[in-house]
Amino acid sequence: MWAELRELRDGIDTGTPPRDGPNVTLTVDGVEVSVPAGTSIMLAAAKAGRSVPKLCATDMLEAFGSCRVCLVEIEGRSGFPASCTSLVADSMVVRTQSDDLQRLRKGVIELYLSDFPSGDIPGGWSEFHTVLDQVGVKTHPYAPIDNHMDAPIDSSNPYFLFDPAKCIVCSRCVRACADIQGTFALTIDGRGFRSKVAAGMDETFFESPCVSCGACVQTCPTQALIEKSLFVGGYSRG
Amino acid sequence: MSARIFISRDSGALCVGADEVAQALRKAFEKRSLKVEIVRTGSRGLYWLEPLVEVATDKGRAGYGPVNVSDVEALLDAGMLEGKKHELGIGLVENHPWLKSQTRLTFKNCGIIDPRSLEDYKAHGGYKGLEKALAVGPKAIVEEVISSGLRGRGGAGFPTGIKWRTVAETPPQQKYIVCNADEGDSGTFADRMIMEGDPFVLIEGMTIAGIAVGATFGYVYIRAEYPDAIEAMEIAIHDARKGGVLGRGMAGSSFDFDMEVRAGAGAYVCGEETSMLESLEGKRGEVRAKPPLPAHVGLFGKPTVINNVLSLASVPIIMERGGGFYRDFGMGKSRGTMPIQLAGNIKHGGLYETAFGITLGELVDEIGGGTRSGRPVRAAQVGGPLGAYFPRELFDTPFDYEAFAARNGLIGHGGIVVFDDTVDMAKQARFAMEFCAIESCGKCTPCRIGSVRGVELMDKIMAGEDRSENLIVLENLCNTMKFGSLCALGGFAPYPVMSALTHFPEDFGTERKRL
Repeated sequence: MWAELRELRDGIDTGTPPRDGPNVTLTVDGVEVSVPAGTSIMLAAAKAGRSVPKLCATDMLEAFGSCRVCLVEIEGRSGFPASCTSLVADSMVVRTQSDDLQRLRKGVIELYLSDFPSGDIPGGWSEFHTVLDQVGVKTHPYAPIDNHMDAPIDSSNPYFLFDPAKCIVCSRCVRACADIQGTFALTIDGRGFRSKVAAGMDETFFESPCVSCGACVQTCPTQALIEKSLFVGGYSRG
Repeated sequence: MSARIFISRDSGALCVGADEVAQALRKAFEKRSLKVEIVRTGSRGLYWLEPLVEVATDKGRAGYGPVNVSDVEALLDAGMLEGKKHELGIGLVENHPWLKSQTRLTFKNCGIIDPRSLEDYKAHGGYKGLEKALAVGPKAIVEEVISSGLRGRGGAGFPTGIKWRTVAETPPQQKYIVCNADEGDSGTFADRMIMEGDPFVLIEGMTIAGIAVGATFGYVYIRAEYPDAIEAMEIAIHDARKGGVLGRGMAGSSFDFDMEVRAGAGAYVCGEETSMLESLEGKRGEVRAKPPLPAHVGLFGKPTVINNVLSLASVPIIMERGGGFYRDFGMGKSRGTMPIQLAGNIKHGGLYETAFGITLGELVDEIGGGTRSGRPVRAAQVGGPLGAYFPRELFDTPFDYEAFAARNGLIGHGGIVVFDDTVDMAKQARFAMEFCAIESCGKCTPCRIGSVRGVELMDKIMAGEDRSENLIVLENLCNTMKFGSLCALGGFAPYPVMSALTHFPEDFGTERKRL
């Protein structure tokens, strides 16, 4: 398993952690691949060279199932299960691309874009913008009224800032702070559209139990959490 | 002379003054020096007759309702205590056609017994199911429940016995029975009625479940908005422990089973089983991804049976009379009886338990008596706020899980909300999205953002702004929510919207179109 881990670290983010155990063989987009039982379809697809677009999944954290971008089709099963939380089975036949899947991914991305600033990306790259390219969606059909574009930026920490306007509530930061760092400084406060990342008892990052380890910044796919060293001059939301 | 009268303590009856009537009667008896015992029961479920006063006579219980405080003196003068005639009299309650035409299996004691008396429960056949369960053992209990065809009455309709078998087959360890009493759907009150009117049948059902799967502890998760049900369950659990039917070596057996009540905190989404588990664990009520199933990794990570109140409350009679007895009622793959809840703008609202197969039209028109307003029925929403709106053309649909699904509807928890012709279906479609937006846990994108966009789109459509373009955007949004959502809150929100657009396009200013 350690050899596999090293292989994964040098390569792509396979979306979910690797598992140990007897192998299972399945087909992803016609490509045969073998992975241990208990592995996610997402990881198997990545190993088969047929990576599925993803946002809330990262192989440093257990699958969560929040973004709904990584949906796939499984032969013999109805619906469009999330590949991060669905497990492989022997002789399973998976499709990562189809008209239906493209329509669903487009629908999800359009919803994200309806509540996202459209300016330049500090540092020039973010996972979110890579997914926009992968799915091929740059615009949305909504005339949104409710949004988070006026949410205040938390710049209290000397090393990084938090811009809630770019937050997609994927909870990667919350999960990293809990499961990787063990500090449990972050949570999601509120319900539904009002959900927001909150540090401590809804304090600033600096006042909260945050220990500035940077795990949340490292894992944030949209640069809502971003290192201050990545931009010169002031931060602009765009 | 000594007499016995029965007045409901059910919160639906309390809302219309049952306590005041009981108080007024007590005072009147004192004044007339009459020795009368007042027994507070659950409700019979004929809510248009509440507050209902029943008098024990040698022919049975005579009913009078709806009784106001101002009617008390006249009723006593007319000889109510002997069951004499009065304009509020409904005759012998058991002979009332609304009750007589029902098949009350789950609700057999509700409204009849004193819910705070374990002795009364036992005198009416209570705990015979547990006795049988202990005699036949865990494996046979599971087989009996499978053979009954009982499907989850919370709404998903999953075969209860299969769920129990899955948990029973997990290796021996701490396991749990969790009763979902969050009952958030509009027009539903059956769970509340059972908890307030016959709590011991729920306790008995959970105990049998515990024995069947090897669980030693149970939780009843009751929505915070049911304070009377919470109180009734806590009293009943306390009495059950005192009576030896809960606890270590309960009912003189080698099994341990105990339980406690936990209250929710105002979130409809916590009726979804995994977010309910999160709430029980003291965390945010966020939906968990499945797999793993709660049957394998449930409460506190342990194998857990999660069942609705009605599913568990149907188990004692299944054990007592046999799975075959229960299975004999119903149609197709929908076996047994369904406690249907008639609500909304309806003349005779209440609890109607009957075998699957009865049509929606019979329920709304004949049993429900049409609308309370007297205006024509325009639509009935079945299955809660995320259920489809059915127009009169679909009223021949039989109450059956598959028959409703075939017409893009759902039975859900059995609630029917009736609307007359003053309803604006565009407003109802907007409400579906608004409800989803308010109650969304916020974890998944299609529901968290989609529901908000859905409300905004509906506002524009209703205002006539770019109507046809926005209807296409709405259709695509509904597709995203239906197939992309993490749970049925976002997943089913499109159903009422799409059914309103399909069956009542005139309210949206469009042509009839199959969507």
